[in-house]
Amino acid sequence: MSLWTKLFKAVQGAATEVGEDIVDSQALRILDQEIRDASSALQKAKTNLTSMMAEQRGTERQVNRLRDGVREHEGYAIAAMNKGEQSLAEEVAAKIAEMESEQQQQQGLLDNYTQHIEQLRNNIRTTERNLDALRRKSQMVKTTENVQKAQSAIASRFSGGNSAMRSATDSLERIQKRQQLAADQMQAAAELEQDSSGSDLNSRLSAVGIGQQNTSTQSVLERLKASNRLEQG
Amino acid sequence: MNLQFEDLTIRLAETPTFTVDVLEEVENVLQVVVENREEFPVFVQLDDDQILCTSYLFDHAQVQEGQLVSMQAAMLAMNVPMPLSAFGLIGDRYVIFGALARHASFEDLMHEIEVLSDNSLEAVEAMIDYLKQEKTA
Repeated sequence: MSLWTKLFKAVQGAATEVGEDIVDSQALRILDQEIRDASSALQKAKTNLTSMMAEQRGTERQVNRLRDGVREHEGYAIAAMNKGEQSLAEEVAAKIAEMESEQQQQQGLLDNYTQHIEQLRNNIRTTERNLDALRRKSQMVKTTENVQKAQSAIASRFSGGNSAMRSATDSLERIQKRQQLAADQMQAAAELEQDSSGSDLNSRLSAVGIGQQNTSTQSVLERLKASNRLEQG
Repeated sequence: MNLQFEDLTIRLAETPTFTVDVLEEVENVLQVVVENREEFPVFVQLDDDQILCTSYLFDHAQVQEGQLVSMQAAMLAMNVPMPLSAFGLIGDRYVIFGALARHASFEDLMHEIEVLSDNSLEAVEAMIDYLKQEKTA
């Protein structure tokens, strides 16, 4: 049974007792061993890679050195032939042939290293992915266990030992009532503020014609009539 | 620098609208009550890899007979658009939760708790048609 399947079964049953292991200790030991194995394989692959890369660089230098040597000696051979030194030229040509075959051999080695390095890099990537997956699995087990442990502690908080939870609809209703109450209180406070700043008193005074009057259609007409009478009279 | 449990507890407790309580029975679990929402506390659990924030909504017993499957389908559908939180089930209790990376900042956590608290009220309201209405004192 895969670890996911085990965890799945464990979290499905509310029946899991406190302290009971979600995943049997054998499975966890195997998982830990797998993580250790993958870690050491990764370490080994990385060590291999570094030494392989050092070898590759050394061989590359060798190849370059031989190539330069061939070019240099080709110049010498031509110079010897130009001077009519046939036997010297032949000696140089033999040297060139020797260096070229050495170069070919080293080139073959270099290609081999390059190929191996590519392969090692792929192995490392795969191992790293594998290790990540194993660590995630291990973390899943831990999180599941922690959550289950916390769960029983949390459960006792809701209802003091009684395992049933408070009704969510009641709770929501209570919260909404409190929010409404708070909103009402804020509005009441705002009204009180308005009262004490006197705006309510002013509006009551103006209602009975004391203090500042609001301009109304009626008052405008009265005023116009009055001025019209003055002009005519 | 990862948040440490003790610092976290102190800083949350210093937040005026939060009431913070350390659970004694288990390690690294806090109960955070957001002002005026005592009924839906948020539990904050520190782990090696993550900070898990959970709010318990209701249990199986509160779901109306025959409504379980459609309610769960509604929850799954809501999971996608619900900001930062997701529905879950712990034992027989429905929860909403959000997980933060272990290296999250204190501000990230504050935001998570506030959003989770808002979401828990919204979630119960959204699921109310699936829940039993009778009063259970």
